[in-house]
Amino acid sequence: MMGSGYMMKTVLKTDSLKKVYKLGGFIRRVRIDAVDDVNLDIKSDQPIIIGLVGESGCGKTTFAKVILRLVEPTSGRAIVYDRLVAGKGDKPTKQELLATLQPIFQNPYEAFSSYRTVDSYLRETAVRVNQLSQAEAVDAMEEALTSVGLEYGDVRGKYPNQFSGGELQRVSIARALIPHPNIIIADEPVSMIDASLRMNVINLFLTLKQEYETSFLYITHDLATAYYISDCIAVMYRGCIVEFGDAKAVLTDPQHPYTKLLLESIPLTNRKWDEEQIAMSGIEIEEYQFEGCKFCNRCPIAEDICNHQRPDAVRKEDGRDVYCHFA
Amino acid sequence: MIKLNNIVASYTTVRGQVTAVDGVNLHVPSGYIVGIAGESGCGKTTLLRVLYGDVSFPLSLKAGSVQYGFCNDDGEEATSSNIRQHWFKRISYIPQSSMSSLNPVIRIRKQFVDFRDSKKGNAEVLAEVRAYVKDLGLPPEAIDAYPHQLSGGMRQRVMVAMATFFKPDIILADEPTTALDVVVQKGILLLLMNLQEQMKNTIFLVTHDMGVHYQIAHKMLIMYAAKAVEFGDSDAVFEESLHPYTRMLIESLPTVGDDRMRQGVSGRPPSLWDDLHGCRFAPRCLLATELCRVEEPALKEYKPGHFAACHYVESS
Repeated sequence: MMGSGYMMKTVLKTDSLKKVYKLGGFIRRVRIDAVDDVNLDIKSDQPIIIGLVGESGCGKTTFAKVILRLVEPTSGRAIVYDRLVAGKGDKPTKQELLATLQPIFQNPYEAFSSYRTVDSYLRETAVRVNQLSQAEAVDAMEEALTSVGLEYGDVRGKYPNQFSGGELQRVSIARALIPHPNIIIADEPVSMIDASLRMNVINLFLTLKQEYETSFLYITHDLATAYYISDCIAVMYRGCIVEFGDAKAVLTDPQHPYTKLLLESIPLTNRKWDEEQIAMSGIEIEEYQFEGCKFCNRCPIAEDICNHQRPDAVRKEDGRDVYCHFA
Repeated sequence: MIKLNNIVASYTTVRGQVTAVDGVNLHVPSGYIVGIAGESGCGKTTLLRVLYGDVSFPLSLKAGSVQYGFCNDDGEEATSSNIRQHWFKRISYIPQSSMSSLNPVIRIRKQFVDFRDSKKGNAEVLAEVRAYVKDLGLPPEAIDAYPHQLSGGMRQRVMVAMATFFKPDIILADEPTTALDVVVQKGILLLLMNLQEQMKNTIFLVTHDMGVHYQIAHKMLIMYAAKAVEFGDSDAVFEESLHPYTRMLIESLPTVGDDRMRQGVSGRPPSLWDDLHGCRFAPRCLLATELCRVEEPALKEYKPGHFAACHYVESS
């Protein structure tokens, strides 16, 4: 959907991707549709940053885990850069997969073991995924660390507790860069970083997109940073995509009632809230397996049809998809 | 008026003493929502603990005291030394995590009655609680539920209800909405704002989210590395900040609908373990001179009610 020409690549494509978690035993079994029938088709001829936003429990982390092949989807398929990463079919080996996509996690202190030096992680990635010798691995590590603004000499032999959160997150970005992946899956990469340092990491993503030609799937609950760096954006609610399209268009002129509610609720620093109370969500589990539109209990414009029919995507003139009966 | 007189609070650790709040000297007018902002480790939560009088090992109050501006029944002024007897009645606390603050095996209504006035019977208090909870727009069943049966937002509303039940003079809220979704967060913050408008009490609100401060705070206190660096009306602090750190902090935040490039602040906050002298922001400040590195700036009033700790307020 971005750019034009014959070099269009499928950055991320999902066909009816679904992941159901079952909780509890025989008597009180609860089904949670964490990712519920997600259809995305993002093509581009250049690296792009895809924003995936939603509140906690909307399924955005489960979506990332399915893409990273950390959990098996219940049904459906996911394709990243023309490689099948989830679902039934001919899947690439672990090594091919890791050369295509790489993860960055939320809490860098949990991502690195406190008993190992951080450079051992970088070296292992270089040796195992890139199949480099130990000497070549050092060059690869130096290159990756330089590109995130660190030096190999400052990192060598150090343990995670010797870094600040921002620095350690940079190390984990450097690690993800070593295989030169097509896309980096970043799950809440800056939520643990202090406000004054957060933008340094966010700007680094923009630089790496240009220099490394790496795409990003930027998963966050923070609409402001998503607006700042994303090219296109998908808004999730209770496992479903509710709106997808150009980031600036979706966030400045939201069409789905949920996106509107979300934007009215974020505490902006340039406009004050209107003082009106808002509808609270009911019992959450019921909404996960509701057969109609999952937002209909809170929606101001819901009608009878919303109660029993899941809305299909409505394609608007500006190319965005809105999953609402009244879009 | 709540007077913070040169507060110095430090933690005892195996490595020795570390001073988390270092000489905060401030007079805060009563009847406002006071936002306290800063990065992690800047001392904002420690300052709140000192305000609450919750000073116990490893935290200790090395110097200074707080005068709360109200008296107990004997006409004695409430200060740091006797504030504990006013807990819940005159000063209350809303914690970040409602799940770990409510007792999971006791119904909400029992937890409400726990800190009742001893002159009244349980049934009488419970009737009052029900009426109050209804006023706040909570479903009445919430009172009869166990904590785990409520959603996070509902639990936090229960915490707000508990903290405001006695209409205290001062409410301290430590990141009250950080763990919540934005839609729920807005509901809780609007509830707090409405309650403050009715009760005219003072709320100290600690959060790292500048957007929340912009939305609800009347006054702002910015902290950096254990020091108060700026204090004033929220609008003035946001629109015409005096301290370079405040300016960089606000400038670095992206906002929906604003396409300008943003820069983070380079460097990182100093370690409180180091021997710090001069202005603590100087190593990261673009305006810093030799004077900043040697002499520590005092918190001074530059405009009516607007304080800053910087040598170069006039020139910048």
